[in-house]
Amino acid sequence: MNKLPFINVIQSLLARLGLRGRNAVIALPYVWLLLFFLIPFVIVLKISFSQTQISIPPYQPLVQWVGDRWTDIRLHIHLGNFVYLWHDSLYARAVLYSIKVAAISTLFTLLIGYPIAYSIARARPTLRSVLLMLVILPFWTSFLLRVYAWIGILKDNGLINNVLMWLGVIHEPIVMLQTDFAIYLGIVYSYLPFMIMPLYANLEKMDLTLLEAAADLGCRPLRAFINITLPLSMPGIRAGCMLVFIPAVGEYVIPSLLGPPDSLMIGKVLWTEFFNNRAWPVASAVAIALLLLLVLPIVYLQRSQDRDAAGAI
Amino acid sequence: MTSSSIQPASNPNQKLNLWEDPAAVPYVRIEGVSKHFDKFVAVDNVSLNIYRGELFCLLGGSGCGKTTLLRMLAGFEQPTSGKIFIDGVDMSGIPPYERPVNMMFQSYALFPHMTVEQNVAFGLKMEHRARDEIADRVAAMLKLVKLEQFAKRKPHQLSGGQRQRVALARSLIKQPKLLLLDEPLGALDKKLREHTQFELVNIQEQLGVTFVVVTHDQEEAMTLSTRIGVMDHGRIVQIDTPKNIYEFPNTKFVAEFIGSVNLFAGRLIEDEPDHIRVACDELERSVLVDHGISAAPHASVWVALRPEKIQMTLEQPAGAENWTQGVVQDVAYLGDSSIYLVRIASGKVLRVTRPNVSRHDDSITWNQTVYLQWSGASPVVVTG
Amino acid sequence: MSAASTYNRSWLRVTALAFGFAFLYVPILSLIVYSFNKSRLVTVWGGFSTEWYGKLFENDQILQAAWLSLRIATINATGATILGTCAGMALARFGKFRGRTLLSTMTTAPLVMPEVITGLSLLLTFVALEQLIGWPQGRGMTTITIAHITLTMSYVTVIVQSRMASFDISLEEAAMDLGARPARVFFLVTLPIIAPALLSGWLLSFTISLDDLVITSFVAGPGSSTLPMVIFSKVRLGVSPDINALATIMILLVSTGVIIAGIFMARQQRHRQRDAQMAVALN
Repeated sequence: MNKLPFINVIQSLLARLGLRGRNAVIALPYVWLLLFFLIPFVIVLKISFSQTQISIPPYQPLVQWVGDRWTDIRLHIHLGNFVYLWHDSLYARAVLYSIKVAAISTLFTLLIGYPIAYSIARARPTLRSVLLMLVILPFWTSFLLRVYAWIGILKDNGLINNVLMWLGVIHEPIVMLQTDFAIYLGIVYSYLPFMIMPLYANLEKMDLTLLEAAADLGCRPLRAFINITLPLSMPGIRAGCMLVFIPAVGEYVIPSLLGPPDSLMIGKVLWTEFFNNRAWPVASAVAIALLLLLVLPIVYLQRSQDRDAAGAI
Repeated sequence: MTSSSIQPASNPNQKLNLWEDPAAVPYVRIEGVSKHFDKFVAVDNVSLNIYRGELFCLLGGSGCGKTTLLRMLAGFEQPTSGKIFIDGVDMSGIPPYERPVNMMFQSYALFPHMTVEQNVAFGLKMEHRARDEIADRVAAMLKLVKLEQFAKRKPHQLSGGQRQRVALARSLIKQPKLLLLDEPLGALDKKLREHTQFELVNIQEQLGVTFVVVTHDQEEAMTLSTRIGVMDHGRIVQIDTPKNIYEFPNTKFVAEFIGSVNLFAGRLIEDEPDHIRVACDELERSVLVDHGISAAPHASVWVALRPEKIQMTLEQPAGAENWTQGVVQDVAYLGDSSIYLVRIASGKVLRVTRPNVSRHDDSITWNQTVYLQWSGASPVVVTG
Repeated sequence: MSAASTYNRSWLRVTALAFGFAFLYVPILSLIVYSFNKSRLVTVWGGFSTEWYGKLFENDQILQAAWLSLRIATINATGATILGTCAGMALARFGKFRGRTLLSTMTTAPLVMPEVITGLSLLLTFVALEQLIGWPQGRGMTTITIAHITLTMSYVTVIVQSRMASFDISLEEAAMDLGARPARVFFLVTLPIIAPALLSGWLLSFTISLDDLVITSFVAGPGSSTLPMVIFSKVRLGVSPDINALATIMILLVSTGVIIAGIFMARQQRHRQRDAQMAVALN
């Protein structure tokens, strides 16, 4: 009768640990995430207060026993890292620069993604599924390889320059690689599917009879779009923008492959501090700063998701 | 066809219904049950008894609490206060899979990835019965609901009526003590609904299972039930047989909710044990009712008059009360009967129905002046 | 609405789609085309050749990295699907339980958080753990897999949660009503019906793990280079034709998968419609 006896085994095992039914189901992911997601942040915080030293690992421990009794402890809290971040304008500039780049890229991704999502949503149903598949395909292809593809397109003897020179439009190659422009292009290109999908999901569910009612009441198509479609698609726009902006702020691969070597994207800064300078505490401080920066947008995203799920606009 | 009196086994000569017999033990006891969802009171201190073999209907509009009450019987909600007893056993804290109760869902809830056979067999599988026994019982049940040749089909390959029968078969096969049905006929079209109503009653009588049905459709409730419990805003307003609910509503709400009714506000001017007289502002003459009611002197009451109890004539009646005069404002011809909307002197519009006994009777038509009269036995007086 | 304006609008839409898809696909197609370029310079055409594919399969470093990545991706996908399904079910069905908001935040935050942060935090945790209890010993496949599971389970959680939102709860209630305890309800009723969503969750986790660079770089150790790490170290120095060959193979695999999935789903849809029509007609 019991096709799946192992359920009973697992259940009795968990029951012996004091976890029955629901609690076990909740506990499993909960414990995992506490251990490997939440506590790590606490550790980053702790190390951001520590000092770099030559050791393995390369930082001073927070709590050190200096005598035999357990009360002989010394707390090493070093605020110097944050002071350093505050004073060295490099970090302030990096933060502002990253936000600027992410924001502008998000805007362009929206401007390019919206028409695409809209056109797919309004296409015939059979065509729609094919088009959607065509949008999803790049999403499933390797992010790294898609960014790499742009190297071959933007470099001095890359696709664009070769074509333009062959056509005789230019005689000297245009420098496109290792520029800020390349970073923008890279972000827009790579994150485009992340913008299109929430937009499409929202637009597809829109009640088209609303537009018919508007037309019936004498509203021209452009105004109908601005007054009806656009406001109703706000949840999709919000979701799409957050899904692009937040990760884009901390991007590493794109500035590293396509941007200038001294690019100030904060993801790259963190990486450099960590891997090249072995300054773990400083890197941690940068991570905390970045996190504080992004807390607001993340909370905003969470709130607006909940609100949209509840049906408000 | 079917008589709606359920005889207690011990008294074959006595024509008492179970719920009238003080010695009968109720099968389902709902005692002081309330359900609160945060601040919202869905069910408000409901107590009622249901007897074995009954087909009990909970009737009410949306939001009256009937579905919540049903779900508490099934075990999907726990009462905030009060207790529920099924066959003498307290159901507090008992989950749905341990109750001797089965439910037929409004959406049927057929498992889409299983065939009809597998759906129907599911409950028996959960009881760990032998494969042969399951096969036999499933075959017998499919025969009962006339779905034998659809055994291997999946739900999406069936029509609405067929799906409903699968849902019924699935919920009956475990021979539950109580079967709960949530708006069982809602999704069916009118013809199918009528046919299924009678089928349901037949199956219920054949198997002897106690049914509790939740519905907002009065016609459904009247056809199916042995007794109806009318609910409003979480409370039970009246429990009685369909006939009594219709002919003897105990409140204005019930009078208005069931069927159509003409209601007049009035004052008690004569109150004797064998008759009462009510003066209504909207009628020129008083209403004389041929039985007494219990009410305070000069109380404000409502007089309820059913449309079919009013006679329309072209000649003026002789008596001094229980009649009025009006002009026919609208006629709706329904085939077997006609509905007349008659405007009387006070401006009120009364609704009168008349069976079309003759095929050629055109005597009463628009803008005709008519006289409406009723006997002293017809009005029902309610106090609120 | 005049016929002219609808005509104009649809012209606009076609143009938008044409440019949009050109933008999306030209880079991908360029990867494929250049993989057949005889010239080592990749972007300067030197004739058609498939030699780079041969060179690719002789490259031990890449092959080993690919094998490691595949193993990690498979274990990760399975682990993430199990954990993500638990979390998704809990958030969708268990109502308000203690710690629900925390679980909800913890499962959705990794989706948007920059990988440099999660990567750094995980590495520091592994170091601290090693100091404290001696495990994990050094960084390698284990730490990478743990990191990936933590990241990708969020995707599965979101997928399962949204699938459960549109799942008819009365099916689960009906099963309970017929005597099935909650665990059996899940395995006999819920799981078979949401199986396609779980499959897409598994595939998504697999793909993300296979492609992950940043987090992996933080938590990897000497001797555990994954495919993305090897690719990255090569392309930092410029274009490399064997990478184009690798890219082409991966693109072809992904495309085949997506197309097959699309055809399969379309066919299922048509079958269902046909069955439903038949049911109505025959009655």
